[in-house]
Amino acid sequence: MRLYAIAVYLFLYIPLGVIVLFSFNAGRHASDFRGFSVKWYGAALSNPFVMDALTTSLVVAFTTAVLASLFGTSAALALQRVQGRLRAIYDAMIYVAIMIPGIVIGIATLIALVTVFDFLNPLLEAVWPMAMGEVPRLNLGYASLIAAHTLFTMALVIVIVRARIAGMDRALVEASADLYATPWRTFLQVTLPQIYPAILAGFLLSFTFSFDDFIIAFFVAGFETTLPIYVFSSIRRGVTPEINAIGTMVLGTSLTLLIFAQFLLRGRGRAAAGR
Amino acid sequence: MQGKWINRLLLTPATAWFLVMLVLPLVVVVVFSFGERGAAGGYVPAFTFDQYANLPARFTAFKNTLLLAPTGTVAALLVAYPLAYFLAVKADPRFKTLLLILVIVPFWTSILIRTYAWIFILGGRGIPLLLELIGIEGVRLINTPFAVLVGIVYGYLPLMVFPIFVSLEKLDKRLLEASSDLGAPPFRTFRQVTLPLSIPGVATGCMLVFILLMGEFLIPALLGGGKVFFIGNALVDLFLQSRNWAFGSAVAATLVVVMLVTVSLYMRLMMRGAGQREDVSLL
Repeated sequence: MRLYAIAVYLFLYIPLGVIVLFSFNAGRHASDFRGFSVKWYGAALSNPFVMDALTTSLVVAFTTAVLASLFGTSAALALQRVQGRLRAIYDAMIYVAIMIPGIVIGIATLIALVTVFDFLNPLLEAVWPMAMGEVPRLNLGYASLIAAHTLFTMALVIVIVRARIAGMDRALVEASADLYATPWRTFLQVTLPQIYPAILAGFLLSFTFSFDDFIIAFFVAGFETTLPIYVFSSIRRGVTPEINAIGTMVLGTSLTLLIFAQFLLRGRGRAAAGR
Repeated sequence: MQGKWINRLLLTPATAWFLVMLVLPLVVVVVFSFGERGAAGGYVPAFTFDQYANLPARFTAFKNTLLLAPTGTVAALLVAYPLAYFLAVKADPRFKTLLLILVIVPFWTSILIRTYAWIFILGGRGIPLLLELIGIEGVRLINTPFAVLVGIVYGYLPLMVFPIFVSLEKLDKRLLEASSDLGAPPFRTFRQVTLPLSIPGVATGCMLVFILLMGEFLIPALLGGGKVFFIGNALVDLFLQSRNWAFGSAVAATLVVVMLVTVSLYMRLMMRGAGQREDVSLL
């Protein structure tokens, strides 16, 4: 059993090791190791296209994670008290949002938004007051990236938080109400501490999803380039150690974030125990 | 009365998102799938079934997807289950969190970069070179269905392990003790107690992996070398290269229908087997 686990861990980590190893390749061709060098990190970090793509990805992922955990949690809390046909409609929408492949969301959003924008832009041009300066043009970009990523991640947060609420001890909420706590106070002191790990998990999953997503972004990014889009087009042009250097940095960032999240979770647990 | 308004307020953003970013785009896809292609690409309004009649033109993509997505899901499940079991039941509690994090960390790096790693490993200077050293020559791994399958298992393993781990972790360990106290050998305890109770996790994991695989584009694009063509690859081609929105919409609509039918059949089977609805209340 233990041997099996070790084998799976090797399977999971050897490819990452290969990426890291070849990021230090002094040679020009990625698969031919010619001595140790960090020059590709310098190349990646001084490449304005890489830095632009990274900024775009971080902004989009962070905004997506905030919106998804906020809206997802509030929807999960509200849905507790929604019954009957309305509940079934929401469940169906959550189900479809999660079920549908990212690629379908990508193309559907692309053609829907382009069609809507083609309709709205002339209208906007006609009614825009001169005094307010240049007429804005609706286009694919940050907003469409964030909006499309938030759909899936919000549904994910709803499911995660709802599962946590379902597993929660109802008696505590009732006890709190019996002891004359206001609903808001019950939420802050009873519900929130119990669902907090689920919200944080939802936030982290949302960030990850958005930061990693290639396929939806590929369709709805417009003239923007996210990091995965940049890497994909680089691979298409040829395998270089620069891609490995970017990959290694992405791995490093993720690790830091994950440790940070773990620290947060533990800190909370201790504080709760101390009280 | 006040509670009702708060509830509505809490639901507003989610509702808006579902309507504008999910319902509207899907309606557009369905409408466009009955339209025609414009002379310069895009869409021209019409009402015709021509696009659907033309679907057999992409038969290979459908066939590859419907063969490799279930195969990949089962392969990922077979690799993931023992690991999830080890983590939830056998692992030292002190290291459990760390070990779980180690499974999830690869999932934190982009699937693109993880798939890219396999271009090295399966490519000419990777495993084939090692095999040559021990005398096995002429093995080609990259750009084959096998490479795509390896990429699938590698990419989706964490997603499969996690829900199974959660369901096994929730499982009351006293049930296992009770079973062994009553004289059941370990395998029987596993088959009659552990396995049935972990079915919701298995179902969730399979569902997640299968859905993502149905729309997979990257893994076949990078490891299949254009020879293993999925529906996802056909869609990218139709929307971004040939700009045939009407036919592309028909392919996408068909993909969604095939997927929903398969998944709902599958879930129904799973639920009957487990007799437990709670974890899949989503459906």
